Amino acid sequence: MKRKTPWSLTGLATGALMALGGPALAEEPVKIGMITTLSGAVGYIGEDIRDAFQLAMDQNGGKLGGVPVELLVEDDGFKPGNGRQIAEKFMYDEDVKILTGIIFSNIAGATVPDVVDNGAIYISPNAAPSNMAGKECHENYFAVAWQNDALHEATGIAAKKMGYKNAFALAPNYQAGKDAIAGFKKGFGGEIVGELYTQLGQTDYSAEMAQIRAANPEVVFQFHPGGMGIAFLRQYQQAGLLGQIPMVLSEPATDAVILKAVGESAVGINGTAHWNWDFDNEASKTFVAAWKEKYGDRPITYYASQSYDTALLIASALKETGGVDDIDALRAALRKADFDSVRGPFEFGPNQHPVQNWYLVDIEMGEAGVPVTVTKELLVEGFGDSYSALCQM
Amino acid sequence: MTLLIIEQLLNGLQYGVMLFLLAAGLTLIFGIMGVINLAHGSLYMVGAFAGTWVATETGSFWIGVPAALAAAMLTGFAVEAVVVRRLYARDHLDQVLATFSLILIFNQLIVLIFGRAPIYTALPPAFSESVELIPGLFYPPYRLLIIAVGLLVALGLWGLINFTRIGMLVRAGSTNREMVRALGVDIRLLYTFVFGLGAMLAGLAGFMTGPILAVQVGMGEQILLATFVVVVIGGVGSIKGAFVAGIGLGVIDTCLRAFLPGLLRNLMPASEADALGLGISSMGIYLLMAVVLLIRPKGLFAVEG
Repeated sequence: MKRKTPWSLTGLATGALMALGGPALAEEPVKIGMITTLSGAVGYIGEDIRDAFQLAMDQNGGKLGGVPVELLVEDDGFKPGNGRQIAEKFMYDEDVKILTGIIFSNIAGATVPDVVDNGAIYISPNAAPSNMAGKECHENYFAVAWQNDALHEATGIAAKKMGYKNAFALAPNYQAGKDAIAGFKKGFGGEIVGELYTQLGQTDYSAEMAQIRAANPEVVFQFHPGGMGIAFLRQYQQAGLLGQIPMVLSEPATDAVILKAVGESAVGINGTAHWNWDFDNEASKTFVAAWKEKYGDRPITYYASQSYDTALLIASALKETGGVDDIDALRAALRKADFDSVRGPFEFGPNQHPVQNWYLVDIEMGEAGVPVTVTKELLVEGFGDSYSALCQM
Repeated sequence: MTLLIIEQLLNGLQYGVMLFLLAAGLTLIFGIMGVINLAHGSLYMVGAFAGTWVATETGSFWIGVPAALAAAMLTGFAVEAVVVRRLYARDHLDQVLATFSLILIFNQLIVLIFGRAPIYTALPPAFSESVELIPGLFYPPYRLLIIAVGLLVALGLWGLINFTRIGMLVRAGSTNREMVRALGVDIRLLYTFVFGLGAMLAGLAGFMTGPILAVQVGMGEQILLATFVVVVIGGVGSIKGAFVAGIGLGVIDTCLRAFLPGLLRNLMPASEADALGLGISSMGIYLLMAVVLLIRPKGLFAVEG
């Protein structure tokens, strides 16, 4: 008899706790864990991801899909190790079931497998490396923005469609740079008259400018994220190449913040986009208007649109499930992608990465003396990625 | 081909004078005060932000110049008085730790004031279109301006160091600090002057590179490493060394990047040539530093003492 006492006590205590906790749980908001980069020069991206998600929540009185949600935000400091630590803190200490927010592929690579293996759902608003779209895909992992390669493939398709026969390609010498050039070549299919890898963090591109001039290609493709890209574009203009040799850019090189810093040196360049501020659909107009009302002149980037879409996607799933207690139901609801994306048509492919349209954009001088991207034409419809065939769920 | 070589030499010269402007201050601070100042890049950033902000607000690039100089110099004075002054007697590890923390503090301050997004910097209108130097050679005039300013500063420093009383003290200080102090010179004032001068040159470099590069948080760290290589190769404390090593490294680095892959392509398949060429050219200045240190451990123009 004595032995039984602890058990019955535990049972009693559990019963009492459940009685107390049961009704309270229903009122508890669903916690959403956001790990994003808020430090350093790239911190503006994290700020956009955070603020756009919050914007979607604020529009619905702090709820998503009628369910109260609480957004927990932590800065990964641009370090993969931090991303993983924060994810563990969210999952073990806060019992978070939905995580999102990571911008960079290297941080996602270190963090996401841990999250999905623990039974939580990870929805990426930006990073989508190829391995996680193919062999290492996971039923708990969703990518809302794109698959990384599609970005540059679309630019290659754009160059081809504009009738260029040969191209000169440049990117920094690291994985994302090599992926960019590979993706561009795949979409372009034409002759590559020059292929140059620059140093990561390089500031002076005069040597490259001279080589571009000497090779005299029909079009230049370059992918230099952040400050490197600003320097490249300015030096391209100063070298007198802008207007002589056309350039096509992938989306990360033409976000609104970068264009503002580059100024007139970007005007006349072509880009590609899966979302642009001038899209003519209700969801996009609502988003742009809400952003302007809350943030005024602050440039509205496609990063913000992706995070806003992520919030809408979560809202659509929560509306159906009412909470995160049943992960299987939540996953099934997310898979449907039953929401009005700011991009217009949107659905998930078999590897839970987007199948969506890409558009050709021109960079023109805007009214405020700041260059803006202007949507020109539909480039490719229902474009997914080539890795989904490798994905076995 | 000749045109390409001339263009790359000009590019190298421009990069070189930029390195010189930064290295001149760093080498003096290191040579005279014995302080390793990792925050030198932050002063470069302060100059860039302050100058660019003033230039944008007033609409004139030229008003930005004195603003950048003043902001960097005043920041330099403040850093010297508050932090660096306490480090003269400490060992190098303490100096590295303290000045590294300054980098973090300055970066965060810039984020608080200007935000994280890079800021737009306009070129002076007269220098925005590229000019034809000789038939067939188009070159951005702004880069010529940088070269001219860099050479003028070098000339000015040479005059200051060699023909003025202050310059004499600076030379004496970099040769034998203790003796200068023993002779009754107010060494503290000299230190403050040298630090402010170095900061001002860094600020000038920062502002001048603004329209070419991106003015953003952390811009100083990108160029700091190359600057230290210049200081080490040129010889600690030697302005002449900083000048020769700065120009030399600028030209060598640019030419390696521009021509090495092409030369290697004659010897091996293109993809291997590119990979090897890129590898060697990114190591180039460090290899050179290793060679110089083997032959002349104190640098090319070591200050005797």
